[in-house]
Amino acid sequence: MHDLAVQGGQLLLVLLMAPLLTGFVRKVKARLLQRQGASIIQPYRDLARLLQKDVVLADNASWLFRLAPYLIFAATWVAASLVPTFATSLLFNWTADLIAIAALLGSVRFFLALAGLDVGTSFGGIGSSREMMIASLAEPAILMIVFTLALVAKSTQLSTISEVMLSAHVGLRISLGLVLVGLIIVAIAENARIPVDNPATHLELTMVHEAMILEYSGRHLAVIELAASLKLLLYVSLIACIFVPWGLVGAEAGLGSAAYVVKLAVGGAMLALFETLTAKMRVFRVPVFLGAALMLGLLGTLLLFVSRGL
Amino acid sequence: MSATLILWCVGVLLAAAAIGTATARLAAARPIVYGTSLVASVVALAGALDGLLGAAPPSGATLPLGLPWLGAHFRVDPLAAFFLIVVNLGSAAASLYALGYGRHEPAPHRVLPFFPAFLAGMNLVVLADDAFTFLLSWEFMSLSSWALVMAHHRVRENVRAAYVYLIMASFGTLCLLLAFALLAGVDGAYGFEAMRTHQAGPTIAALVLTFALLGAGSKAGLVPLHVWLPLAHPAAPSHVSALMSGVMTKVAVYGFIRIVLDLLGTPEWGWSMVVLALGGITSVLGVLYALMQHDLKRLLAYHTVENIGIIFIGLGLAMAFQANQVTWAAALALTAALFHVFNHSLFKSLLFFGSGAVLTATGERDMEHLGGLIHRMPLTAFTFLVGCVAISALPPLNGFVSEWLTFQAILQSPDLPQWGLKILIPGVGALLALSAALAAACFVKAFGVTFLGRPRSPAAANAREVDRFSLVTMFAFAALCLLAGILPGLVIDGLAPVVRGLVGDRMPVQLAVPWLSIVPIAEARSSYNGLLIFLFISFSASLAVYAIHRFASRALRRAPPWDCGFPDARPITQYTAGSFAQPIRRVFGTTVFLAREHVEMAPPGDRRPARLTVELRDLVWETIYAPVAGTVDAIAGRLNILQFQTIRRYLSLVVAALIVLLLVLAIWL
Repeated sequence: MHDLAVQGGQLLLVLLMAPLLTGFVRKVKARLLQRQGASIIQPYRDLARLLQKDVVLADNASWLFRLAPYLIFAATWVAASLVPTFATSLLFNWTADLIAIAALLGSVRFFLALAGLDVGTSFGGIGSSREMMIASLAEPAILMIVFTLALVAKSTQLSTISEVMLSAHVGLRISLGLVLVGLIIVAIAENARIPVDNPATHLELTMVHEAMILEYSGRHLAVIELAASLKLLLYVSLIACIFVPWGLVGAEAGLGSAAYVVKLAVGGAMLALFETLTAKMRVFRVPVFLGAALMLGLLGTLLLFVSRGL
Repeated sequence: MSATLILWCVGVLLAAAAIGTATARLAAARPIVYGTSLVASVVALAGALDGLLGAAPPSGATLPLGLPWLGAHFRVDPLAAFFLIVVNLGSAAASLYALGYGRHEPAPHRVLPFFPAFLAGMNLVVLADDAFTFLLSWEFMSLSSWALVMAHHRVRENVRAAYVYLIMASFGTLCLLLAFALLAGVDGAYGFEAMRTHQAGPTIAALVLTFALLGAGSKAGLVPLHVWLPLAHPAAPSHVSALMSGVMTKVAVYGFIRIVLDLLGTPEWGWSMVVLALGGITSVLGVLYALMQHDLKRLLAYHTVENIGIIFIGLGLAMAFQANQVTWAAALALTAALFHVFNHSLFKSLLFFGSGAVLTATGERDMEHLGGLIHRMPLTAFTFLVGCVAISALPPLNGFVSEWLTFQAILQSPDLPQWGLKILIPGVGALLALSAALAAACFVKAFGVTFLGRPRSPAAANAREVDRFSLVTMFAFAALCLLAGILPGLVIDGLAPVVRGLVGDRMPVQLAVPWLSIVPIAEARSSYNGLLIFLFISFSASLAVYAIHRFASRALRRAPPWDCGFPDARPITQYTAGSFAQPIRRVFGTTVFLAREHVEMAPPGDRRPARLTVELRDLVWETIYAPVAGTVDAIAGRLNILQFQTIRRYLSLVVAALIVLLLVLAIWL
């Protein structure tokens, strides 16, 4: 019963918190640039406004184009509710392990890229094509990171991994350090943040994620934006649940929630700071950036294959 | 029992081939031949299912054919039964599909006689229980499929494809012949039972493995023996392409498993390194080649190479674990490989059926001339999409499950004692992950360029949905892809007898796990539940649709797409297959294919359009095949003088050859 409550709570929590995190990151970024910035709850207002608007659908958009936003949202939501946020005792945490969660996000990207190609304009194409290029390096990188974690924890289940990471005998390991850097790089790329992509761009040629969804409007756009916020929340929760699992296991739900909010705030602020400090890179520099993540993951795995103690 | 039944089905198929030969030019021949093939395949499928799931002991049969002192032995053990299921499921689907698709065949008399013969050949290879029958059936399968590749023999490309295929097939059979000869030993024990009991020495065993890899690998499409596959598979009519890619490559995998894991006995860990390395390289190169293609069927054929790589990674892992007596992990790896065999036979056949439907509707295989077919052929598009999601290893469909199991097997390997494996396996894992991600890119391209966007040619703009037989077949296979994805426990438990027979252990019973999850080792270590993922996604998507349409807006307007202020953009401004793959070509292709782009800009005032040409080099062909072919050519040129001699010179040549042979014999003995 308790597990069901935790699972249900998490399901609603991630959905409600996701726009807040996006708003928070935007706010911090604005303040760092000496701007006032929109209110932290602006993303909710945006969603509400978009939901009320008509959908303007391109003439030759197919059923796939109309179905894709809901599939994208649903798969992201399911993935986000399976990553422990304030407690590990989720009812369905055995439904998908870390590999399956990564693959679910792969399904999301697959449909997003198809939606980009559906209308038949060059911008959708450019977005899809670049997104798949980025994914072709980010996905193996995340799998190698999962391998490293799984070798340390002897499990690919996220709840078990956080429990192991919380226990004393893990300690500081070289492989975990490598993996943390790799995971942050992947998280930046997957969430279309600077320096890989710019979520605030208005120039079509520099877009990746925004180019794919250029033809979306109204409720479809709202759902996709919500899914993007959920994905950001998912990655911050993922990093938190693996590397700073305090307050997750065995603690009171209240304490876990408070710890989670703090973690989200710190993660969001660091992301905003990093984005302010770096410039966007050229598209063909991205493979080098992501290749580094892949190599870090591979190195972490190799170290653990050589010695379980590293 | 099942052996006899399936042999009867093979007999019916051969009779159908004879009927096809006699009546090929009549209109009634098509339904008769394909109908008979369908019935025979379904009956054989039932027999094979009984052989695998029924608790009966392996059944055998002997026919007084072949070598007089040997006869032809046939046997259905769990391994053969599993592969017979794969073969006959694919055959039944291809026959059903062909009932509709075959209507558009311009030269039925070149297809009808060989199609049932091909089915019979594949069944016989798997049924065979002695080396002689195996090789004879193998060659029969190769030749009948060669005839089908040559069906449209006026196309120059097809003739070249068939020529390369014939050479590679003969080479493969030669290697298998040598492998079996070594296994049979000096006594000439050609029965599989005798080979199993007779333990080969380490040198002989290594040679057998090499020949098995060359022989079965060349048929399956292991890099660098894959060159014929992307030429020959697309050249055949689409239902035959589906069989060649989806099923015949699996018969080759069967040959490898039978020789290496069954007849040869316990493997050594060094062999597994070879298999793992080849599997890893094959998977990545296969998908990179596929990404560079713009011919839909050739893309699919290259992608088969990738999947064969994934299967061999699983087999290599099983061999590594088996060599170290970690039987439970060997069972996991082997289950993953066999599950992928089953999955690939499903979605690759489905995708080839889909490409055949596109070919029927538009007459085009080149993706650069397609586009927008989702509007004209919504049902085909839906099934093709299911196939694409499944083959890209995305949950909740079946391709993901087998790759997930392979990853789980990789994660069990750090405890292996050998340093070579410790270094190699993480690398192979990275290659597998890379190939999975590239496969998704490949199928976004395949589906997106073919079915989405706007039509790039009048043929695509005027396409019509295909016939009912084809649609039923495609929907059935799409449903099977989903079922195998959400109920993987059924397949894993079904594979248990096969795996137990080969490595002496099995994966834990999966159907007993609550909620139909799959748990390879223990729930605390890893688990996956495709059914729940599927239900959750469907439920939350429906919830979102309902809530938004009920409480927010449901209004919808149509308008032209955003055009940046340049109205009436023509369909050629869309992304094409070539432009979609360009970033990946730039990242990977510059090293793997030495890809070069040449931009040709007309000078100002000249009204010619600018041109971009891409140059890709096939290094495998250039470094291995071209030199060999060149050498053979050169030697043949030199020896050409022997062909035009007087009778005196011929006689002296014969005498000289005889004397040399006698001398060699005298010195050797």
